[in-house]
Amino acid sequence: MVNLSVKIKDLALKNPVMTASGCSGFGEELADFYDVSQLGAILLKGITPRNRDGNLYPRMAETASGMLNAVGLQNKGVDYFISEIYPRIKNYDTNLIVNVNGSTVEEYIEVTEKINELDRVTAMELNISCPNVKEGGMAFGVSCPSAEYVTREIRKVYDKTLIVKLSPNVTDVTEIAKAVEAQGADSVSLVNTFLGMAIDSETRKPLLSTITGGLSGPAIKPIALRMVWQVSNAVKIPVIGLGGIMNAADAIEFLLAGASAVQVGTAIFKDPRIPLQIIDGIENYLQRHHFNDISQLIGGLQV
Amino acid sequence: MRKIVENFTVISNEACNLTNFHITLQSDHPLAEVFPGQFTNIEIPDNKDVFLRRPFSIFEVNNENRTISVLVKVLGRGSLTLSEVRTGSRLSLIYPLGKGFTLPAPDERILAVGGGSGVAPVLHLVRYAEANPGSADVILGAKSETEHLNAIDSYGKYAGLHYTTDDGTMGVKGLVTDHPLFGDLARYDRIYACGPLPMMKAVAREAFRAGVSCEVSLENLMACGFGVCLCCIEPTVKGNLCVCTEGPVFNINDLKW
Repeated sequence: MVNLSVKIKDLALKNPVMTASGCSGFGEELADFYDVSQLGAILLKGITPRNRDGNLYPRMAETASGMLNAVGLQNKGVDYFISEIYPRIKNYDTNLIVNVNGSTVEEYIEVTEKINELDRVTAMELNISCPNVKEGGMAFGVSCPSAEYVTREIRKVYDKTLIVKLSPNVTDVTEIAKAVEAQGADSVSLVNTFLGMAIDSETRKPLLSTITGGLSGPAIKPIALRMVWQVSNAVKIPVIGLGGIMNAADAIEFLLAGASAVQVGTAIFKDPRIPLQIIDGIENYLQRHHFNDISQLIGGLQV
Repeated sequence: MRKIVENFTVISNEACNLTNFHITLQSDHPLAEVFPGQFTNIEIPDNKDVFLRRPFSIFEVNNENRTISVLVKVLGRGSLTLSEVRTGSRLSLIYPLGKGFTLPAPDERILAVGGGSGVAPVLHLVRYAEANPGSADVILGAKSETEHLNAIDSYGKYAGLHYTTDDGTMGVKGLVTDHPLFGDLARYDRIYACGPLPMMKAVAREAFRAGVSCEVSLENLMACGFGVCLCCIEPTVKGNLCVCTEGPVFNINDLKW
């Protein structure tokens, strides 16, 4: 037997594989396929203080080895989540992590304080990196002072594990990571999507209603991996790696680059079973390489 | 509801006409129950330019042979690759997805309208409902005779089959809504439509005028097909809803058409 469990501050994961926010709904959609308690954690769809309809259709465009999306944080608001969705999912035997969003610091605090009351939500992911909303979102994540400010204010009201989700759309992601670490973040997750766009050459129109959107999928993996490696070397807090992970080998690359855990996002759209296949694949890898603990892999890049 | 990801074997791939292919797929296991109007999201093999699956209405279901079939209209790189699959190859399907049509009660009279590959779910409907030509009419529309499916005469035992073509080469010349049956919609209890958006909107307009309940099947662009990506939304009176989980079938009263 090999040990796959990892800890991120107080967040105990039975294995290092989580689903990425916005790619696994509220867990129920995956539960239509399999027992979600096998997952290390479920990152719930991003939540805002009040209902958001999200952006207009069309919201997606397939690209080379990936896709663009422009969903725009469609959700029914934190109160609806607490009264309608949480009771249905709270008994899943895995970590439920809420992805918290706002257009002002006050809005981030409002959502945080409300989800702080939920026993079964074991951590939060502070999303300062959504590229698809006009206010808030990525605006907080692309400068050190604003990233510091929102992290500091959230830290004051949240005692459980605080993960800050970083944007890759910056000059130096390590500066942002160090800034949020200094303000008390317990972990950083990266990367969110890369800002991109696509045009229909025949109609001469953009393929997304918002013109630009977030690029995800295998197309971004090498850049995400490089950023995870850089951030792992720059901060002491655990790093959660994501960006184009499609299989166990991809996940292991992120672990070797220094990530303590990984998130699987766009791959779920292709096959919802991929997170489970990755867990099996990591276990198999550890056995094949005669490791008995996942910790032997983390940051194990041989240079 | 249980959803399944499973590899099926292609047991036939027949060109129905210039642009449509009828692909029949066999499961290694007993089929999950498929209701008319539900769809499957198929992984496109051997094409590195196609990242996402492609959704198709489920056409014919044969529980005894463990087969389902889809009609593939070649529209882009995904459907083109799929149209070229060979017998014996394996395809990954996610199924059954979405909510299907409201089934008619035994004593209800129905009109089902299909355009292009949209004929798949409406023919599935009349067969599944065990309708008969006395209670059900189907209007199938196409640009030209060459784009009508052959070998669907067997559906004549479930419904009166009527044809329209834009160029008049088969059946009534004109759009589906030009068919004489549209002159007296009040005789029907339910109307169903699947096909190009302008066609469904035209059918919906006539059904609304006649005061007959009408359901349409949408095909918005989607990534996942099971409700997690929130890309395929349709604005409705209940807010933005995912076509893949809250649809693809919608009552026209819920749409903002």
